[in-house]
Amino acid sequence: MVANKQFRQFARTAGFYGLVILVMLPTVFVFFWMITLSLKPQVEAAGYPPSFFRFTVTFRGYVEVFAKHPFLLYIWNSLVVAAGTTLLGLIVGLPAAYSIAQWKQQKLALTILVARIIPGISYLIPWYILFRNIRMVDTYTALILTHLVVGLPITIWVMIGFFEDIPPDLREAALIDGCTDYGAFWRVAIPLVKPGVVATAILAFIFSWNNFLFSVILAGRNTRTLPIAVFNMIGYEEINWGPLAAAATLITLPVIILTLIIQRHIVTGLTFGAVKG
Amino acid sequence: MHRHARYIFPAPAFLVVGLIIVYPVFYTAWMSLQEWFASSLTPPKFIGMLNYRKILTGDPRFTDAFFRTIYFTVIAVTIETTLGVGMAVLFNREFWGKGLVRTLSILPMMATPTAISLIFVMMYHPTLGVMNYLLTVVGLPAWSWTYSSKTALYAIALVDVWEWTPLITLIALAGLAALPKEPYESAKIDGASAFQCFYLITLPLLRPTLVVAILFRAIDALKTFDIIFVMTQGGPSNASETINILLFNQAFSYFNMGYASSMAVALFAIILGICLILMKVRRVGW
Repeated sequence: MVANKQFRQFARTAGFYGLVILVMLPTVFVFFWMITLSLKPQVEAAGYPPSFFRFTVTFRGYVEVFAKHPFLLYIWNSLVVAAGTTLLGLIVGLPAAYSIAQWKQQKLALTILVARIIPGISYLIPWYILFRNIRMVDTYTALILTHLVVGLPITIWVMIGFFEDIPPDLREAALIDGCTDYGAFWRVAIPLVKPGVVATAILAFIFSWNNFLFSVILAGRNTRTLPIAVFNMIGYEEINWGPLAAAATLITLPVIILTLIIQRHIVTGLTFGAVKG
Repeated sequence: MHRHARYIFPAPAFLVVGLIIVYPVFYTAWMSLQEWFASSLTPPKFIGMLNYRKILTGDPRFTDAFFRTIYFTVIAVTIETTLGVGMAVLFNREFWGKGLVRTLSILPMMATPTAISLIFVMMYHPTLGVMNYLLTVVGLPAWSWTYSSKTALYAIALVDVWEWTPLITLIALAGLAALPKEPYESAKIDGASAFQCFYLITLPLLRPTLVVAILFRAIDALKTFDIIFVMTQGGPSNASETINILLFNQAFSYFNMGYASSMAVALFAIILGICLILMKVRRVGW
C-alpha cells in the first residue's frame, strides 16, 4: 500500500516535470537552434536531415560575418544609438518622472501613455520628410531622436513607479534641512532609486538596440544598425546559414545578458501604464 | 524655484515629447488630407477627405489588409491567451526550477525580433528546414510555412505566439498569486472539481488582469511590423500584407505620403476602437 502511494506521488511529480519541460521546449529550442546553426559548417548547416547534437563545431560563420561585412561598424552604430537614446531618455525623463510621482501629475502621465497606442509609422512619415529636407537622414541624431519615441515614455513610466516608492517624509525632511527642490531630487531621491535607474536604462537600451522600423528608413550607409544589417544579409547570403545564424546570435547575445541582469523589471517595462492607466 | 519646480522638472521631457511625438502626429493628420508623392517635385495638394473615401470604398487592397490585420490579431492573441493562462495555472505552485522557467520565459520577448525572424526563416525552409523535418519525424505531412500564400499568415502568427505567450503567462501568474484562498477552500468543501474551480472561480477573479494583458497584446499585434517585414515583406502574393506593411510600402516604396498618412490615421482609429471595446469588457460582466 505504502509503496503504491509513493509510486503515485512519484508518477505525479514526474508527469508535472514532463509537462513543464514540454511547454518550455519551443522557447529553448529556437535559441538552441540559433546557436548550433551558427557553429555548423555550411554543408551541415543546410544539410538534410538536420543534425541536432552531432556536428563539427566551427567558427567560420563568425569569421565570415566580420570578413564579408563591416560588422564592427554596425555594432558600433547600434551601441552609439542605443547609448545615446538611453542617456538622453534619462536626462529628460528622470526629472519628469520625479515630478509626476511627487506632485501627482496624472494628466501628464496619461499624455505620455497615448504615445504607446499610436502606430510607429505615423511618426516615421513626418520624420522622414523632415530629415530628408534638412539632409539629416543617415545621422546618429536622427536615429537617436526617433528611438526616443519608444525610449522616453518607457523611461518615464517605469521610473514613476520607483519614485512613488520613496517615502514622502524624506523629501520634506530634506526641504526643512535647507535643501532646494533640485537638491532633494538630485541628492535624496536619485540615490534611492539607483537600482531603478539601472533597470530603466537597460530597458531603454534594449528597445533601441532591437528597433527595426525607424532604423530601416532613417539609417543609411554610415549609420546602419545591427537589425538592418542582418535584414540586408538575408538576401545576400541566401542559404549560407552559418553566417546568418552567427549574425543573429551576435545581436541577440548582448540582449540576453542584459535581460538576465534586470529580469525582475521586464514585465513592468513591457506593460507600462497597466496599473495606473 | 520652490513654487515653480513642478513645472520646471517635467518641462524638458514635454518639450521633447512635443517635438518627437505630438508634432509628427499632427503633421500626419494634416498630410492625410493631401495628395503628395515625395518622389515628385510637385508640392502637396489639398484634397480634403478624398484619401479616406478611397480607404473606405475604393481600395480592395486596404480592405483585404484590414481584415487580415484583425484576423492575425484575433488568432495570435487567442492562442497566446489560452496557452498563457494554461501555462500560468501549471506554474502556479512552488517547484524546483521555477526561477529558471521564469527566466527562460522572458527571453523570447526581449530577443531582437529581426534575429528571431531570421532564425524562423531558416527553420521554416520547406526542403531544408528543421520544422518540416520534425513534422515528418512525428509522421505529419510537410507544411509550406511562410513559403505559400495559404499558410504564410499562420506561420507568422506562430512566431508571434512564440514571442509573446510568455507575457500572458507572467502577467497571469502574478494575478494568480494575488487571488484570495477562501473561495477555493469553500469550493473544496462543496465538492467542486478542479475544472469547476478553474472555470467558476479562477477565471472570473483573473478577468481584470487578463483583460489588461489582452489589451497590451492586441495593441502590439495590430501594429506587428518587424517579423512580417523580415520574413515575408507581406508576401507571397500579399497573403501576409497587414495594414502596417501596406502603409509602409505606400509611404516608402511608392512615396505616396498623403495616402499612407490617411492609412496611418485609420490604423490608429482601429487600435483605439479595440482598446475602448476591451476596456468596456473590463467593466461589464462576461
